[in-house]
Amino acid sequence: MRWKALICCALLLAGFAADADADEAVKIGEVNPMTGAIGRYGMTCHQGIQLAIDQANSSGGVLGKKIDLLTEDNQSQPGQTSTIVRKFVAQDKVIAIIGDLTSSATLEGGPIAQAAKIPMVTPLATNPKVTEIGDYIFRICFIDEFQGRVMARFALENLKSKKAGILTDTKQDYSVGLSGFFKGAFVNGSGEVVREQSYSSGDTDFRAQLTSIKAAGPDVVFLPGYYPEVGIILKEARQLGITVPFLGCEAWDSPTLIQVAGKAADGCYFSNQFSADDPNPAVREFTKVYRDRFGSLPDNFAALGYDAANVVLDAINRAKSTDSIALRDAIARTKDFPGVSGHITIDAQRNASKPAVILAIKDQQVHYLEKINPN
Amino acid sequence: MSRSLLNLMLALVACVFISFFGENFIASKFAYYYDILISIGVNIILATSLNLVNGYTGQFSLGHAGFMAIGAYASASWSNHLDPLIFGIVAGSGNPVVTNVAMFVSTLFAGIFAAIAGFAVGVPSLRLKGDYLAIVTLGFGEIIRVAILNLDFLGASRGLSVTGTYTNLFWTYGSVVLCIYVVVSLVHSTYGRGFLTVRDDEVAAEAMGINTTKYKVVAFVVASFFAGVAGALYAHFKAFVTPEGFNFFRSVDVVVIVILGGMGSTIGVVFAAVLLTILPEALRALAHTQFVPTAYQGLLENRLILYSLLLIILMLTRPQGLFGDGAAFKKWLGRSRAD
Repeated sequence: MRWKALICCALLLAGFAADADADEAVKIGEVNPMTGAIGRYGMTCHQGIQLAIDQANSSGGVLGKKIDLLTEDNQSQPGQTSTIVRKFVAQDKVIAIIGDLTSSATLEGGPIAQAAKIPMVTPLATNPKVTEIGDYIFRICFIDEFQGRVMARFALENLKSKKAGILTDTKQDYSVGLSGFFKGAFVNGSGEVVREQSYSSGDTDFRAQLTSIKAAGPDVVFLPGYYPEVGIILKEARQLGITVPFLGCEAWDSPTLIQVAGKAADGCYFSNQFSADDPNPAVREFTKVYRDRFGSLPDNFAALGYDAANVVLDAINRAKSTDSIALRDAIARTKDFPGVSGHITIDAQRNASKPAVILAIKDQQVHYLEKINPN
Repeated sequence: MSRSLLNLMLALVACVFISFFGENFIASKFAYYYDILISIGVNIILATSLNLVNGYTGQFSLGHAGFMAIGAYASASWSNHLDPLIFGIVAGSGNPVVTNVAMFVSTLFAGIFAAIAGFAVGVPSLRLKGDYLAIVTLGFGEIIRVAILNLDFLGASRGLSVTGTYTNLFWTYGSVVLCIYVVVSLVHSTYGRGFLTVRDDEVAAEAMGINTTKYKVVAFVVASFFAGVAGALYAHFKAFVTPEGFNFFRSVDVVVIVILGGMGSTIGVVFAAVLLTILPEALRALAHTQFVPTAYQGLLENRLILYSLLLIILMLTRPQGLFGDGAAFKKWLGRSRAD
């Protein structure tokens, strides 16, 4: 009898100990593609998030509790994210979810987080539909509408352009969207779009389109394409004698572009979410810490992962609770949060309103030029 | 009523019963296990139906995910565009009669659509044998995926949101029961001996006057139908489909289940489907315990490493699969004794 009682007591104690343990830490879930087709991006994004959580933990955590980051890899595989999000909300009982960095995975997992009323913050899903899922889904990156507007303003104000040519990749809706937004803003700002041409991802010869653009005599060309084609386009454009600057978007952000284009890339500009060359002291500090720990410079994914985690932590601190409604409202009220990718304000549509970084290519190097603020 | 039909009815009633009483409880309290349960059901349907082609009929199809994609996109398009017209409903309207009818119609549509595709692919390609058939089906699966990638009204690479998450335990396990019933009855019928004959010796079968191409096409069409049903269940559960979810590796997943369970053994394939769906999730849980150093978590979580390892071990120890077909096993034993 005594034995049984003792065992019962021990079990009870163990149960309480386990319970106390569970109460101790604040659990945040992270879902990212860390292996598979886009594993490289997921990995740097994860490193950014991990860094933010570790920094917060070393300075005492949030609300006096340690933060427990639960990371799950969806292997870039559709179907996995919804399972993982269900695990987060039903098994792990996380208070917030960071991820996924792609739009398609976020669209898959988002509705589950929304139904379970757990805030989900995506670092880099740019599809407008993502935050339309519901009031628990937020994003930290700017969206294409803003990027198109920024480049139009940059062309009008900084380059004093009046006549623009546009070359669109019709296979990427991202590119088609950006061209539309650029055109709207450029025409609104009393510029004129003199020629629009298009190509498809995978094409290797662009002389016909470029000759047509050259004939129209633009003083700037907007080229929202991915880097493999952009490299070739720039090279061919210079060969055809087009000397005006080309403007691009974040899809240009790859060393491959400059390797392919060489000197032809000089004098071009593109917008980006983040630049490791940003002179802002917070970015300098982040870049240094990140490089010391992971041995490489932080990229867009790392910076936005870092910011996403910090926005969530900041919201927990402001909400002074881990209650999901309070946390959702706190994230929604994020205003001028000093992230490494700029000051972040969450707008009424749960999108981030934040500055874009303009990068200039000079002597085959990418240089930080300036930051353009929203509105 | 024959005994097998009675068993089918009993199993279906059990599905209704479980779904009626347990559905909401499991889905709300144990959402994660619920997700795994549905995935198990989908995988059982995929594997049992593929087993009819790869196991019983002895052909080698590598395009099962292609038919699943057709089913998923067909039922998703049906629910997105036709449900509002026919039933006047949109996602979230709670009437259980309407949602169940809608689910039935869209699943049936998905199955028939996939079966037609299976027929179209099967007739010309099933005259081929062995490796050639594998290559044709592989190519077909990729064509489906790339075609969807280029069809803007199906969402292309952005993926397609599906209105109406109608999939529940009843529809999933009802389809599982039906699929197993059809495959088992077919194989054990007089007619079904034809499949086994084609597998065991195609030349002899032809010499006996059996139309081998017809048997292969029948097996292929039935398998495609159930792959389409599995696609519909998947689409209406995850509520979001992208072409990348139905790539070559998805086909390989199903083939691995069939090989692991034992070609031509329905019970083995069902067992393997359950095992291979639970195992990655169990390893996911194990990876996060303190027993596993952080550096090795990724190794445990990656299901492709696990599959490859399982297959190597299996091929070395039990080439006929976990529950390999008894006859084939005896044949294999006899041969090794004779050597």
